[in-house]
Amino acid sequence: MTEAATFEMRKLRPTDLGRLSTVGLRTRKLRAGLSALGIAIGVAAIVAVLGLSSSASAGLLNEISSLGTNLLVVQSGQTLFGTTAELPVVAPAMIARIGAVTRVEQIGSITGNVYRSPLIPTIDTNAITIDAASLGLLPTVGTSVAEGSYLNAATAQEPVAVLGAAAAQRLGIDQVYLGERIWLDNEWFYVAGILKPAILAPAVDSSVLVGFAAAEHYLGFDGHPSTIYVRAKTSQVNTVYGLLAATANPQNPSEVDVSLPSTALVAQADAQGAFDGLFVGLGAVALLVGAIGVANIMIISVLERRSEIGLRRALGATRGHILGQFLAESILIALFGGTIGVGAGTLSTAVYTAAKHEVIVIPTLAWAGGMGAAIIIGAVAGLWPAMRAARMSPTEALWTV
Amino acid sequence: MTSDAGAVPTQRLDDNLKRFAGSADQPVLEVDEVAKVYSGEPPVSALRGVSFSIARGELVGIVGPSGSGKTTLLHLMGTLDRPSSGHVRVTGLEVGRLSDRELSALRATHIGFVFQQFFLSEHQSVLDNVADGLLYAGVPQVKRRARAIDALTMVGLEGRPHARPNQLSGGQRQRVAVARALVGDPAIVLADEPTGNLDQATGQSILGLFKDLHELGVTIVVITHDRDIAARMDRRIEMLDGQMVFDSADNLATVTAAASRAPTSGNDHRS
Ligand SMILES: Nc1ncnc2c1ncn2[C@@H]1O[C@H](COP(=O)(O)OP(=O)(O)OP(=O)(O)O)[C@@H](O)[C@H]1O
Ligand SMILES: [Mg+2]
Repeated sequence: MTEAATFEMRKLRPTDLGRLSTVGLRTRKLRAGLSALGIAIGVAAIVAVLGLSSSASAGLLNEISSLGTNLLVVQSGQTLFGTTAELPVVAPAMIARIGAVTRVEQIGSITGNVYRSPLIPTIDTNAITIDAASLGLLPTVGTSVAEGSYLNAATAQEPVAVLGAAAAQRLGIDQVYLGERIWLDNEWFYVAGILKPAILAPAVDSSVLVGFAAAEHYLGFDGHPSTIYVRAKTSQVNTVYGLLAATANPQNPSEVDVSLPSTALVAQADAQGAFDGLFVGLGAVALLVGAIGVANIMIISVLERRSEIGLRRALGATRGHILGQFLAESILIALFGGTIGVGAGTLSTAVYTAAKHEVIVIPTLAWAGGMGAAIIIGAVAGLWPAMRAARMSPTEALWTV
Repeated sequence: MTSDAGAVPTQRLDDNLKRFAGSADQPVLEVDEVAKVYSGEPPVSALRGVSFSIARGELVGIVGPSGSGKTTLLHLMGTLDRPSSGHVRVTGLEVGRLSDRELSALRATHIGFVFQQFFLSEHQSVLDNVADGLLYAGVPQVKRRARAIDALTMVGLEGRPHARPNQLSGGQRQRVAVARALVGDPAIVLADEPTGNLDQATGQSILGLFKDLHELGVTIVVITHDRDIAARMDRRIEMLDGQMVFDSADNLATVTAAASRAPTSGNDHRS
């Protein structure tokens, strides 16, 4: 004869369990709120860190795709003997003959220093390079003029320079005044314009650009390109990629480096999307403290509500009912904290990205993970207090001092 | 199904109540040579061999001085605790053979409790406090509330279902607690010092309520310190030092025997 089967286990309905789980919150609002705070802070920190890094990388990826993924860069590499190789002067013309190539532009590196005036000692090189640049360079590398104008057929012959965005910043020039000059290797050059950042071509960014003719005339430039920028039909980028080295330098194709900057930048964007370990760690610590807070509040709650437990047992609650009630209450407190945390984390990400004019991206991992972590924390923190409540005998619970 | 006392039930509790309703001479509660020792240093013998049975519809008062074991007895009768030896049977079900879970279900469906401290929750309306008497009996909320209205009518509080307990007087609160005990239509209502927190007049009115319920056929056991209240009960059981020394339902011979067993000195702090 099976005794257990003779009595129907009376389960609490979900709505009843839900109502019971709010008893502690409704009767002790401030205390429940404070204990949820730790979890809110932890979840907020994690959501904000994940949100900020994802938003930043999403922004960069957007920018890269708007600049196009079909830019190929041909550079002079190293010779077998370790010296810097030279690209043939005819290389751009040869590359332009490849069918799928739509644009070819070049820069040629010039040794020399750049100053705002001849009075600055020569040691200060400022990490600014000088390059001769072809006239169609800007659209090919995906940038444009921020101030003033770029080189044209006339100014390319004259001592006139255009500053890359980073170069301008390093020189401390943020506007183009009439007659503004810089000191290029013993020559004054007039500044005609300043460029916007060239994300796909960092070499252009940190460079002072002059015309090919002017470079040869004033700066002793030998006319060899150092970097060739190639745009190909997007569908045939890989084919062109394979042809470039041999086309640029048929004699020594191994001395040519060919790269696709967008792929490198995508990897870099993904790395930027990798969240900041320190802040996630701090968030985890806040969550731990929050968990201890919830456990603490639940232990106190069980002690204070002894007679409620006794009454419920007298009304027919099983140990399981009592366990369920306190566990649900603990999870609810943690979930409350988690919700506030996701809200606060999202809000701070929104404020930050709005200030930087970026798109806001909150990865699913961040908010779902935050809520999931809160539920788990609530369950773990509440388990022991709930078990204590359930283990209490009815008479012990009803015992009045 | 025969209803021989102590048989392990083969039917569900609801069926047990139906069976019980059909067998008129089945006692509601049987306490058979029950003893309770609380372990500790030193162990306390709170009850030493108490036997009586309560028939359907009885109104029983249990009196006795402080520490005589009244609350212990009520907890055993209410299946909140198990005896160290002896048997307790509720509507024929042997408490000792039921698991903790089964006892919980038994309390949810067969037994109503009233306590000295009322134990009402302040964040709920009177109606929901009463409805909670059915929370663990598997009754949906709408039905619980409907039956709570009926129970409130029985205790004369049908006019204030939406009041909070703290808006009520002590006597009204205890009426709410009585309604909560009645809402499941239990086989027996057990009240531990229900008038202990009330003044004399209010206590008398709660007693009046129990008398009215008794008229309606509810089986009620009331523990009290108050000898006047006990004197107005149909049946009176007196406890002293863990033993039953008087039961007005017994004949004189039994009473004399019980009294001679009880120690005569040091326990007479009844007033
Ligand atoms: N849980 C317990 N653990 C140890 N001893 C207990 C426990 N409960 C009761 N006792 C002891 O058992 C004896 C009977 O206690 P009980 O509470 O049943 O008396 P009572 O008649 O209800 O008294 P009162 O009128 O003061 O409520 C007392 O000596 C008490 O100290
Ligand atoms: Mg007592």
